[in-house]
Amino acid sequence: MSRPRQDPDLVRPYVRTGGRTRPSTDVRLESVVFAATGTHPGLNADGRRLLALFAGARGGGLAVAEIASELALPPSTTRILVADLIGLGLMTLAQAQDADRPPVSLIERVLHGLRAHA
Amino acid sequence: MASALTPDRFVAPTVTATAKIVVAGAFGVGKTTFVGSVSEVPPVHMEETITRASALVDDLARTPQKSTTTVGVDFGRKHLGDDLVLYLFGTPGQARFRFLWEELLVGALGALVLVDPRDLDASHEILALLEEAEVAYAVAVNQFDGAPRYPLAEIHEALALEGHTPLSVCDARERASCMQALIQLTEYLARLEPRP
Repeated sequence: MSRPRQDPDLVRPYVRTGGRTRPSTDVRLESVVFAATGTHPGLNADGRRLLALFAGARGGGLAVAEIASELALPPSTTRILVADLIGLGLMTLAQAQDADRPPVSLIERVLHGLRAHA
Repeated sequence: MASALTPDRFVAPTVTATAKIVVAGAFGVGKTTFVGSVSEVPPVHMEETITRASALVDDLARTPQKSTTTVGVDFGRKHLGDDLVLYLFGTPGQARFRFLWEELLVGALGALVLVDPRDLDASHEILALLEEAEVAYAVAVNQFDGAPRYPLAEIHEALALEGHTPLSVCDARERASCMQALIQLTEYLARLEPRP
């Protein structure tokens, strides 16, 4: 008997993303995305599953990390799938994330918010 | 097939900004408890694919009452207004999870490092990783029931912290205590940033 040379669970995410390991848009685990509604013919199974999560969203959003957890997909794979849906115009980011360092204004807003909710 | 989520699982449609704070610490130090105390939704768990070999080497002997180890990331969230959501990522501190760390640390405001007063040495690896990544951090002692209470100055010295690094005591089970630890971290981050 020959054994499989690789664990299929390790292979699948790579296959799912068409061999890519980086998302085309800067999508982070904490990036909040909103989804389009309705059906989208031609979308692959992962894309359909992902959009199906948002059926009850009423316009609300989810972080990429929450999507990864719900679909039981690795975060790295989920980032790529979300970036693809953004590229197709089926998802939008809550904010543009172009800085590796958060601006001072965001730190101040978080501080204000934490104090208000303490 | 994944089913649709209930409306309370979503963040508000008015959200335009997200912020991220990493809650770091050694194995079994209370990271998930901390995240759960602050989060408005039950902590969510996700796992990145890791090799089985590394999954077997966690030091379960140190915390025998804990039968599983966190090989992924637990996270929670809290709205800080109609337009702003804070995400807390409770993350394993071992160097072997470095690939996940790097992704988590990009864009983070900073890190809160939880330490166990019974095992301060377990924190050195995390502190070194954060310093290497140039991520600003504050330290909070999770004061476990029955654990010795050392003067903060002694802990500051034992951890070899920089003089300006904030150090406080918290109870990861208490929401108000966790919020104060986050406020102390964020005040520190605001002080670090150069003023325009």
